[in-house]
Amino acid sequence: MAMAADQIEAMIRAALPDAEVAITDLAGDGDHYSAHVVSAAFAGKSRVAQHQLVYKALGGRMGGELHALQLTTAVPT
Amino acid sequence: MSDTNARLTEIVNANDVVLFMKGTPLFPQCGFSSRAIAILDHLGVEYASVDVLQDMEIRQGIKAFSDWPTIPQLYVKGEFVGGSDIMMEMFEAGELQALVAEVKQAG
Repeated sequence: MAMAADQIEAMIRAALPDAEVAITDLAGDGDHYSAHVVSAAFAGKSRVAQHQLVYKALGGRMGGELHALQLTTAVPT
Repeated sequence: MSDTNARLTEIVNANDVVLFMKGTPLFPQCGFSSRAIAILDHLGVEYASVDVLQDMEIRQGIKAFSDWPTIPQLYVKGEFVGGSDIMMEMFEAGELQALVAEVKQAG
């Protein structure tokens, strides 16, 4: 069921090639992660639209296979 | 499916602030829902809640309705605001307080 951190990172990078992705395994159980994603693709988008881009990159795994991903997004400064 | 969308439209329009969550405000069944409730309680705003665990149609339907894969989901004045991460970010930036203040004044 669980996904590895590098798998999550690879999927995000595949959709957002410029993204800086920092993933933390919150509980050490390979099932509860936080991710901070920085990408120029987020520029001018609402927070909801930014998170939707990341969820789409994960191709429907979010909310299923991937239960817990605390997500924060930002535009590069 | 369209019946579900009609139900969801009615729910988000009938309540200025409504949280779709797992469990109830007193007994949240998930850490993310619990966090969303803690934020709303801290804001001191009146809100309605919908326990998606009691209604499979709503539980699946809300994900398509909002184009958002996870629960909880917050709606204010019929608009989708976000999940618990966005609520926390907006709270920390003071934006959620501003959004809710509008509702309090209007109400």
